[in-house]
Amino acid sequence: MNIIVCIKQVPDTADVKINPETNTLVREGVQSIINPFDMYAIEEAVRLKEKWGGKTTAVTMGPPQAENALREAISMGIDEAVLVSDRAFAGSDTLATSYTLAAAVKKLGEFSLILCGKQASDGDTAQVGPGISTHLDIPQVTYVKKIESLKDGVAVVERMTEEGYDIVETPLPCLLTVVKEINEPRIPSLKGKMRAKSAKIQLFSAQMLDCEQERLGLKGSPTQVVKIFSPERRKGGALYQGPAEESVAKIVDVIKSLLP
Amino acid sequence: MDYLLNEQQIMIRDLCRQIAQEKIAPVAAEYDKSEEFPWPIVKILAQADLFGVSIPEAYGGLGGGVLETCIATEELSKACGGITLCFAASYLGLDPILLFGSEEQKKKYLPDLAAGKKLAAFAVTEPAAGSDASAIQTTAKKKGDHYVLNGMKHFITNGGDAETYVVIAMTDKTKGARGATAFILEKGMKGFTFGKKEDKLGIRASSTRELIFTDCEVPKENILGREGMGFIVTMKTFDVSRPGVASQALGIAAGALESAVKYSKERVQFGKPISSFQGIQWMLADMATQVEAARALIYATARMIDSGAKNVSKYSAMAKLFASDVAMKVTTDAVQVFGGYGYIKEYPAEKRMRDAKITQIYEGTNQIQRSIIALQLIKEMAKG
Repeated sequence: MNIIVCIKQVPDTADVKINPETNTLVREGVQSIINPFDMYAIEEAVRLKEKWGGKTTAVTMGPPQAENALREAISMGIDEAVLVSDRAFAGSDTLATSYTLAAAVKKLGEFSLILCGKQASDGDTAQVGPGISTHLDIPQVTYVKKIESLKDGVAVVERMTEEGYDIVETPLPCLLTVVKEINEPRIPSLKGKMRAKSAKIQLFSAQMLDCEQERLGLKGSPTQVVKIFSPERRKGGALYQGPAEESVAKIVDVIKSLLP
Repeated sequence: MDYLLNEQQIMIRDLCRQIAQEKIAPVAAEYDKSEEFPWPIVKILAQADLFGVSIPEAYGGLGGGVLETCIATEELSKACGGITLCFAASYLGLDPILLFGSEEQKKKYLPDLAAGKKLAAFAVTEPAAGSDASAIQTTAKKKGDHYVLNGMKHFITNGGDAETYVVIAMTDKTKGARGATAFILEKGMKGFTFGKKEDKLGIRASSTRELIFTDCEVPKENILGREGMGFIVTMKTFDVSRPGVASQALGIAAGALESAVKYSKERVQFGKPISSFQGIQWMLADMATQVEAARALIYATARMIDSGAKNVSKYSAMAKLFASDVAMKVTTDAVQVFGGYGYIKEYPAEKRMRDAKITQIYEGTNQIQRSIIALQLIKEMAKG
């Protein structure tokens, strides 16, 4: 069984700063880590491989230094890694990113499963995983907290909901995005770290992918960031006490005063 | 200070630091209280390949030397000297096999120890034979193709939890120290049982038990080295293991120093963090200087051993003596920096002070270390 894990290198969230002029993240001097939710996807892929055999491949789209994230994935037990990197991909939004990653996955050939973290800690959109499955036209299950079984071309998984969880059956190949409840990511091993150091990372450029060039990067990204700001801290509310009729009347007045 | 570690040593240090912070520190207080053996941590260390750091690659290890064990022990001990002892004591138990084992013995025992599937222990001490190892009462009588062991050992670290034991017994009492022999024993051998588990001041996550031998039959191929070499096996083992105890002490001290600096910046008295007071600053400065000096001596000693130098006893003893005295001093001062909070169990300062004490006692008391050093000095002088 071939499993593909899509990961993203993100700034360590404790240090995030925004450039107010460009509305983008300040990345200089900020330590990069694997998106924490992707760590669960990596761990799950390694566990599935240990149980069912097969091959695991980590894929990331990003600048050349995203290679470090791939090496870390290898140190945790991932077999192979692909860096999708090209100036043509710069400025990609979630649509262009998922289109590009889907093209990279197609190039890798046969697979049974794609695993992603539920969302990235920097963008928080949770769109890229579902986007990849849409571009590839395969089923997706999001917020997976347990993979119960994977056999005879069918996956049975538990999808977390606000009230509890659904049990979902889906044909393979499919894409799953996972939540932190699914496992506890392992600490890398020394032998894994050494293997990671010397592992060969495949590089996919725009030209190597079978895709429409105008759907890549900034050109292929309809999203526009108009403004980025920290939400204002909410001020304390007001409490209206006394008989219900009086309080309700006061609240209605307040609402009326706020309406345009 | 930059000790010019190589890439693999840095990898070991960073990985151990991660395990110490993420996996050991959060559970250290619990294990100190419950005295349970830290099997979940053993599993994490095993998965991370750490039990193999200083075992040759031919036996499934990573091929490092004493320095690699020291780096790992130091980093892990920063979070808990007691939990780390399951690792360090396993090295003490396998060191004699590394040093004196035959090819067959190494092939049989080292791969499982390198993988962390099994732990090892070293058993010399008896109620009447502590510093004076020649007073060992446990006997081993040859009977055909095996030896029959009778007697008991006590204060054995990893005792009962380890699978592989190196035990020193007297094969010829009339010869004194030269009548001692080292045997490899396996848990489950007929006549090999365990006695009481000790209730200790510190390192409470580590198990310390009695080993009892009642007509325990050990095949003669389980002798390490030759009959009569038990005392040499013991001394040579301590030569390479003492930097490890020193590193445990160093880790405990370094952990205490770090937490004391952090606390002193947070604790406000007279309207200022206490780190702004000279009385505290000078204590922290002395603690840091002692810790760094201990580290320098340990690393230099470990490198000397790894280079193949022969006469290392003096330096191993110095490293163990100095680092453990530093640990006692620094952890005591850390409690002082924490003030009243240092004395209560809600904060880790008092635990480090309890954990530090044993490092001045085991693997040869610091008085014995001084005797080893002095004897060597006198010998060197006599040679001229």
